[in-house]
Amino acid sequence: MITRRDFLKRTGAVTAGATIAAVGGINVKPVQAQITKIKLQVKEGRQVPSVCPYCSVGCGMIITESEGKITNIEGNPDSPINLGSLCPKGAAALQLAVNDERPEKVLYRAPHSTSWEEKPLDWAMERIAQKIKEDRDNSFIETQDGKLVNVNPALASLGGSTLENEWNYLHAKLMRGLGVVNVENHARI
Amino acid sequence: MSQIESSKGMFIDTTLCHGCKACEVACKSWNELPANSAPSLTGNSYDNTGKLDGENWRHVKFIEDISDDRTDSRWLFLSDSCKHCQLAGCMTVCPTNAIIRTEFDTVYIDHDTCIGCKYCITGCPFGVIEIGHLSGTAEKCTLCYDRLQVGQQPACAQACPTDCIEFGDVPDLVAMAKQREQFLQSTGNYKAELYGADKKILGGLNVFYMLEDKPEKYGLPSDPQLPQKSMLGGYWSSVFSLFAVGLVSLLSFRSYRERKFAEEEETTKGA
Amino acid sequence: MPGLGTSYGRGGATSSARDLQDADCIVIMGSNFAENHPVGFRFVLRARDKGAKVLHIDPRFTRTSAMSSDYVPMRSGTDIVFLGALINYALQNDKYFKEYVVNYTNAPFIIKEEYQDTEDLEGIFSGFDPEKKTYDNSSWAYEREEVVLPEGEPANLSERLAREKLVGRPKRDETLQHPRSVFQLMKKHYARYTPEMVEEICGTSKEEFLMVAETVTANSTPERTTTFCYAMGWTQHTYGVQTIRAGAILQGLLGNMGRPGGGILALRGHANVQGATDLSTLWNSLPGYLDMPAKAREHDTLEDFLRAQMRPTSFWQNYPKYLISLLKAWYGDAATAANDFGYDAIPKTLGNHSHYKMFEDAYNGVIKGMMVIGQNPAVGGQNASFHRKALANLDWLVVKDPFLIETATFWYEAPEVKNGTVKAEDIGTEVFYLPSTVFAETEGSFTNTSRLLQTKEKAADPPGDCRSDLWFTYELGKKLKDLYKDSTAKRDWGIKNLTWDYEPDVNPRFKIQEPSEHKIIKEINGYDIATGAPLPGFGDLQDDGSTACGCWIYTGVLPEETVNRAANREGDDYQYLNWGFAWPANRRNLYNRASARPDGKPWSERKKYIWWDEAEQKWTGFDVPDFAATKAPDTPAVPGGVGLAAQSGKDPFLMLPDGVIQLFAPAGLADGPLPTHYEPPDTPVSTNLLYPNQTFSPTAVIFDHLPNNKVHGANNSDYPFVITTYRVTEHHLSGAMTRWLPWLAELMPELFLEISPELASELGVQNKDYVTVETARGKIEAKALVTKRMRPLKVEGKMVHTVGMPIHWGYSGISTGSVPNDLSAIVADPNVFIHSSKAFTCNVKKGRLPGGVA
Repeated sequence: MITRRDFLKRTGAVTAGATIAAVGGINVKPVQAQITKIKLQVKEGRQVPSVCPYCSVGCGMIITESEGKITNIEGNPDSPINLGSLCPKGAAALQLAVNDERPEKVLYRAPHSTSWEEKPLDWAMERIAQKIKEDRDNSFIETQDGKLVNVNPALASLGGSTLENEWNYLHAKLMRGLGVVNVENHARI
Repeated sequence: MSQIESSKGMFIDTTLCHGCKACEVACKSWNELPANSAPSLTGNSYDNTGKLDGENWRHVKFIEDISDDRTDSRWLFLSDSCKHCQLAGCMTVCPTNAIIRTEFDTVYIDHDTCIGCKYCITGCPFGVIEIGHLSGTAEKCTLCYDRLQVGQQPACAQACPTDCIEFGDVPDLVAMAKQREQFLQSTGNYKAELYGADKKILGGLNVFYMLEDKPEKYGLPSDPQLPQKSMLGGYWSSVFSLFAVGLVSLLSFRSYRERKFAEEEETTKGA
Repeated sequence: MPGLGTSYGRGGATSSARDLQDADCIVIMGSNFAENHPVGFRFVLRARDKGAKVLHIDPRFTRTSAMSSDYVPMRSGTDIVFLGALINYALQNDKYFKEYVVNYTNAPFIIKEEYQDTEDLEGIFSGFDPEKKTYDNSSWAYEREEVVLPEGEPANLSERLAREKLVGRPKRDETLQHPRSVFQLMKKHYARYTPEMVEEICGTSKEEFLMVAETVTANSTPERTTTFCYAMGWTQHTYGVQTIRAGAILQGLLGNMGRPGGGILALRGHANVQGATDLSTLWNSLPGYLDMPAKAREHDTLEDFLRAQMRPTSFWQNYPKYLISLLKAWYGDAATAANDFGYDAIPKTLGNHSHYKMFEDAYNGVIKGMMVIGQNPAVGGQNASFHRKALANLDWLVVKDPFLIETATFWYEAPEVKNGTVKAEDIGTEVFYLPSTVFAETEGSFTNTSRLLQTKEKAADPPGDCRSDLWFTYELGKKLKDLYKDSTAKRDWGIKNLTWDYEPDVNPRFKIQEPSEHKIIKEINGYDIATGAPLPGFGDLQDDGSTACGCWIYTGVLPEETVNRAANREGDDYQYLNWGFAWPANRRNLYNRASARPDGKPWSERKKYIWWDEAEQKWTGFDVPDFAATKAPDTPAVPGGVGLAAQSGKDPFLMLPDGVIQLFAPAGLADGPLPTHYEPPDTPVSTNLLYPNQTFSPTAVIFDHLPNNKVHGANNSDYPFVITTYRVTEHHLSGAMTRWLPWLAELMPELFLEISPELASELGVQNKDYVTVETARGKIEAKALVTKRMRPLKVEGKMVHTVGMPIHWGYSGISTGSVPNDLSAIVADPNVFIHSSKAFTCNVKKGRLPGGVA
């Protein structure tokens, strides 16, 4: 959660101009056309081209990164698809990345347990690989109805259609490599 | 001496607004404004923002204008914000001159000078200003003053997916708006009407609108007025204080407010 | 995919959002375009301001309706009646595009005498097996001429297999008068789809329907084009594929395909639905729309499989080149002609393994472990409470997501656990939650709804132990390959020999290194095995094992080692051919050969797009031609030819067996060659007025053997109201990427049910009151949003109320609420097994759920 707004910071001195006109109205003091200039600091950093992760229109984004942190995300004006614009979801993308609700550790729930435990990432990866192998070796179907099928029926993979092409390709390849037929994502028609 | 470099503003063409609220979020994202801590359904169409205030500098209004037999069905949307009036009531009443007109001819609240006295709130005929919960000072749209200084358009205008929020030099925008008005009327599709594009409303609004109906339909006053003397009793006492007690005490009034809001914030979180 | 695929040849959207601005009429049906694709909608408004008519046909008055020229109401689930009536209107009133139809569609083709239509069989087609609830489609075929066999020796495997499968050309009647021509059969089939039927069944007035019919046909001529935009409102029905088919037939008859401002824009709901389908994490396909081998089919050996799947007289004749190149990409040097390039290692599907079957298998304990990566079935699946039961029956579950979504927390936060029906201690599932990166923390590409690949770069390292999905799959693969490295078992050949080297190209800016995107994209693109050089186009792929290619339709994205066209960022204000890379071959509008007349000249100057340049002897224009670049319009089809040689210079739909639009689909669909109206499994009416003996789709897949999954049937007085579910602009899907974001949560903070003032008054409900919504599947609560945007419609002589509910809520996150998907049933279409969430029935009562489960 954002706890306190980082106020527009002054970087220069205030240059107060003189009152140059008093215009109209029945006011107790003249409406001032006094022109004042305050120099403000803007968010600066490395600009990284990106694509919005929500719907399928494919809006171009520019992410601003400074000292390893994402500080701003807005539409890429060069994109012929969105011409710099975004919808509210895209406009909120900064909060998708910078968000206190994001867990940063692997959480593990043992069978029948009533609580999570934090676990090291390597431990989890190792254990998941072991479980996949164990189930595969126990359930593998080489032939069925006299036909060679080479199916691992024990594992299922449910992916998201918000994930990158590279993942989809690699994951499909690994699943087929393991003999997995239960492979699905959101896509249907 | 500073002077107006160019008069910047926005032309809000409601005939192009589809009520997506990208402008609201882009405003919050750029200006780092917090979300409401405990939002709930307002029941007022798809508007759950409610109004402009210290944390919501932009507000999309949703007006369902549908006859009982459904033969006339309209759902009107209006992306509202500070109008950056030529005759700005808020500036008029500010006792510390914290509300300034910038080199872009926009109206900006300088937080370092604002004491949080709230007079600008009553001074604004559009109900744009509120005290920010976290800052303790008066808050409203800055027309992204910081972005303008580096040659970028305001975050909302950049984000708007349908070009409903058009940013630019006011004279250019007015010319564009007039052309648009003619076009819309020629197509016969809309009861198109400009609001604030000429001087009739508070000397002209730098942020002005193409409406599809009378201003009242959108909750906009048809003839907004600058604050009257009678409203300004408090103003005189502030000015008096300024001289009698000195600026220091007013600034401590502001820090009191800041503390108070900080406490309120804590209470809300705990709840 | 089969909806557009069986009609035009490819499953992808045929045009782009940008192309909408050249339309003269835009029909948005089955889509809430403005709310769900707010940025793409810009181009609709541009068209509208240029004078185009924008028609929104929908059960609800939405933000899309508000922006359209006209809003036309209809009852949810009756799209085929409406579209069928438009087809009928065009046919009866001679408002179809005759020259286009004769040349570019199968309207002149003659169908076999054995074929019987729904007209003959009271709502079903010939070949139906009532026990299996399936069709044998052999009677839906063309009458054919004698086959001509080619001379000489075949040049390669692809040619040899194609010759073995050659059949005679379909018989044609270009006058369209033959009683068994597709044209006449269609005319007969749709004759009963009248404006009066539309009024009776859809609840749309005859006047409103005729306004649509006149507007659409007046804007579908050589000078003008109409485009259709659809989304889940068309697809999520037990006859979803047929709805799209109905739209596809209409666009074919009106001659709008392949032309600027025409086409059909499928609006996909996720950033990479297209890519996830293309590449393909789906149970029934391999990357590039190659099929998964199936136990039930003649797929025993590589050659059996290729023979069964290849289409000899279309571009798909190259099928063996794509499959063998895929096998080479996956198994490398271990894949040889002698071992069928490792074909046996690809598992064969044992039956249906689609989403709902998969959860049934999980529920029954067949599936032991599940990895859920970027999806949230505990609240996003239909009959979500069944999904949670299935998750609770797994031995183990991996959930990988940026937030602690409901699929990870079901064992302690689900309503049935909170209300004590289920105890956490009784759930035996071992759960691993792996925190994920978000899009900004990884590099990679998405393929948008217009088939456009665009890359994104990594901006920053993720926090803590968050890792990308790509990292997870790659590292898991490495571990598994290590576990199997010493195995000599035949069944481990696949995992052992799987090529798996994607070591990072180290970027010193970051602490966490990602698998090499370049290596992956190069494998996807394809390369010459001898030289290692990337291939510039799919025309370079071979069926002899000399090329490797992960996904043939993407070939060309990396034409050279250092040129990734998905990273092209040179925009322009037309088709931006140098912004990103659109498959296939960077073509933006598919089938664009049809934008020219058969003789190669544009249909009109106003709608000029691709044409034959006589002087240069090649196709030219504003896009990459979707046609053989130098094949002249007068090129005849070669008798006995295979592949594109079997098609002439005027056949634009080159992926299909005869090069023309299949108005009538002789093959490829499980539920009929022509779209036919049936009622949804839950329907407020008592019968199907078009076919009184056939109220429901005879082939709909109903999972009524699952617990708590009964359908309501027709006119069930316990569930009198129609309910339709949907998204709003401010949220996405199950809320997994939005309900944890304060800026979005506040915009739509609570679950609500939209109801009309008429129904609210009947129920005694005020705006913002709590209501309970009930079906045979579940019971939830929400706040009522009373609005005149919802309207009762007169159907079958009675007023039918529709209520509407967004799907985005669940029990975790910073904005929580009941689970709307607990209400729907698991039922599916027989082609792609899509569910039905747009039209089912419910009861609504004032007040909260007893116990108030949030």
